[in-house]
Parts: sequence; C-alpha cells; structure tokens
Amino acid sequence: MDVENGILVRKIRMGTVIDHIPPGRAFIVLRLLGLHQEPRNRLAVIVNTDSRKLGRKDIIKVEGIHIRGETLNKIALVAPEATVNYVEGYRVVEKFKVRLPDEVVGVVRCSNPRCISNSPREHITPRLEVVRPSPLRLRCIYCERYTDYEDVIKHFFET
Amino acid sequence: MTWRGRDVINILDFRRDDLDRLFSLTDQLVESDYRAPDLSGRSVALIFLEPSTRTMYSFYSAVNRLGGSVLPLSMAEATSIAKGESLADTIRMFDSYADLLVIRDKREGAAYYAAEVAESPVINAGDGAHNHPTQAMIDLYTINRLKGGVDGLTIGVLGDLKYGRAAASFILGLTLYKPGRIVLISPEELRLKSEVRDYLDSRGVEYLETSSLRDVVPELDVLYVTRIQKERFPDPLEYERVRGSYRVDLEALSGAKEDLIILHPLPRVDEIAVEVDDTPYAKYFLQARYGVYIRMALLKLVMGV
Ligand SMILES: [Zn+2]
Repeated sequence: MDVENGILVRKIRMGTVIDHIPPGRAFIVLRLLGLHQEPRNRLAVIVNTDSRKLGRKDIIKVEGIHIRGETLNKIALVAPEATVNYVEGYRVVEKFKVRLPDEVVGVVRCSNPRCISNSPREHITPRLEVVRPSPLRLRCIYCERYTDYEDVIKHFFET
Repeated sequence: MTWRGRDVINILDFRRDDLDRLFSLTDQLVESDYRAPDLSGRSVALIFLEPSTRTMYSFYSAVNRLGGSVLPLSMAEATSIAKGESLADTIRMFDSYADLLVIRDKREGAAYYAAEVAESPVINAGDGAHNHPTQAMIDLYTINRLKGGVDGLTIGVLGDLKYGRAAASFILGLTLYKPGRIVLISPEELRLKSEVRDYLDSRGVEYLETSSLRDVVPELDVLYVTRIQKERFPDPLEYERVRGSYRVDLEALSGAKEDLIILHPLPRVDEIAVEVDDTPYAKYFLQARYGVYIRMALLKLVMGV
C-alpha cells in the first residue's frame, strides 16, 4: 500500500502512472486519454495531493496497460510537467516527461470561428504552433490567432 | 531573397530590402506610366470570393497594362462556390489554367491555405480581418515616395485597429522600418489585437496608444485613417458617441504640421470629411493611383518578367 496524503492507494502491479498533473486537471487528462467513459481498466485518480515540485498535484494510475503513442503528448497541453511511469512487477521500469511538440497537429482546433481551418467545407487538419507551454498558448498557422488553455478545454468538452 | 515565384501572403514574409527592390521598380513604372506586353501569353486568375470591386479592378488593370490575360471569377461563379465547392478545389482548377492566382476570401488564413494547395504563386488580396499585404505595400510605398523614407517619422494610425486588416498589415509593415514613433489612435473597444501587440513588443517597437486624435495631431508626419464600423460595437449608442471624435475634418487638423500627409486604404465613407480633399494633406487618391503600379511591379517580380 502507498500512503498518498493520508489516502490509501494500492500500488499497481502492472500499468501506467501519470504523475505531476496540475491540481484539478486529472479529469481533463482522463478525457484526453479517452478513459472517461466505460473504462475497461482499473483506475485510481488522486486529486490535490501534496507535491514537492508543484505544491499540489493530481495523479492517475491505470492498471493493466502501458499507455503509449501520440495520445500521451496530448496530456502536455494541459499538464506540461506531467511524467509518465510504466510499472511492471510493482516497479517503475520506465519514466519520462510528456513532451509538447513545437506544432500541435490535428488535436485542437483554432479558436477563431472565421478561420479557414474551421470551415466545414475544407477538411483542413488544424495546425497550431506552441507559443508557450504554460499557461498554454498556441497560434494557428493559417490565421495566426491565439488559442489559449481555456479554448482548448472548451474544445475537448464540446466534442 | 528572390522575388520570382514567391507567394505574397503576409507583409512580414518580406524584408526591407525586398520592399526596396519593389519600390524602386514601382518608381520606374510610375515615372514612365509603364505599359508593355511583359505578361503576354500569361494569365492571372482573380479569385474574389468576397466582393471588392476596388482591389479587383486594381489587379485587373495591372494585368492589362502588362498585356496579360485575366481569368476573372465572376460573382455568379463565386455564388456557385458559395454553394458548396471547397476552396481547395477552386484553387486546383484555377491553378491548372493560370500562372498566378490572386485570392480574396473573408475566411482568415484562406490565402495561406491556397498557397499550400497551389503550385503557381498566390497573392493575398485580403483574408478577413487578417492580412492585406499588397495594401500595406502601397501604403509604405506612398510614405517612402512622398516623405523620402519611413525612418524617424511619427506615424499615426487611426480607426479600427482590432478588426481592420489594412491597419494591422500597415502597422506590421512599419516594423520593417524604424519609424520615430507609432501612435495608435482608436476607441478603447478597437485597440490593437494581442497577436499584433505581442509582435510589436517582441520586436521592441515603441508605440503610444491614445483615444484622442486632437492631442496627437500636432506631432504627426503621417496620419493613416481607417473606417470604424458600426457593427463592431455591441451598443449602437456607444458607436454614435465615439464616431465624432475620430472624424478627420479641418477642425481636427487645425494644429497639424504643414507637411502632414493623410492616407486611407479606401473606400472612405465619412471618416475623412470631403473638405479635407482640397488640402495639401490629402494623399489618399494619389495613394490609390500608386496601387496599380505597385501591383504591376509585384506581378513583374513574382513572374520574373
Ligand atoms: Zn486559425
């Protein structure tokens, strides 16, 4: 057993631990990973626990899978400091920080409704350059308008 | 950088020496009232998906004077496009006939996208509130020609700095030079959008923001006027309240320098009083006339003729 801020959370035998999520954003991360509905895996979400680095943080533990691939970089949109730990035999076997690419392609749409990339007729893959990771600010390569953290959140919760 | 084959999407895609080259060629064309069949056998597509008679005729006339042929997209065709064809398909079609595409579309970023799709060079003739690079070239050329340069001048930009694409492109274009001071004159509601503001800040460009034209008029060497549209104000009463303070008339100009020049991208509605037209300040009609020569020079450079 792990004692996280006085709450007992079982160590996982095999799976993925996403650590150093800014407090309150664990549920957004679950959503980005598509784990918010009918999860097949056992999940633990620890919200607002103590963190030496962030003061407070959220943690997600997913049992049974090593989450890999592009989806992990989506996490960096809302949790730029997040670390991903792969656990096997109750041990962390691999650990890395999520990485926000220089350009976010096809993940979030541009916040400007008058942008060509939002024109339903065009089928354009949105491409946004990262202006800064935190607080998140992206800039559309087409119309050059900013898309901020709040816009990204709105986007994920609308779709 | 070489001009040949280049897209003209954003004024910031160019450097000062690119513009020097464009402007010295324009000088030659203006002085000789140039006409020659340099574009004979070449065609230019004018894809205007948003009506803009003025800009379209300016390009039309530029192509004609160079002996090229024009593939105009009439409003009827524009309407059929409005009914469902994608911009990408329209661009591909014209790309197969034309040596150069000029595009106007109200969707922001449309010209950048068109340039991604097209093989021929693309010139942006205005995309929503975003960019209007050929207008900025005309504006900068006019200042260069009438004032012998831009550096050191105090330049006022009046009107809608938030949604006005001409104002935004002009302000960005000024950063290619070293104006003495940029004075941004607008109601609070229509101040510079943060994307443009951040760019000025990142380049260390100094600018002053004010709501009062009268206070700054005596300092100005150049006054660039743009329209303030009623639709930009959620409250029509607020519009009525501010419009008078941004109207350029003889009274507003009473403290102006003798050699002040007033520019306007046109069309004008009532933001410059007709009485100003007869003063030596008024250079906006001359500026519009330079427009054709700038576009001829652009066509010559981009087509390499
Ligand atoms: Zn955009």
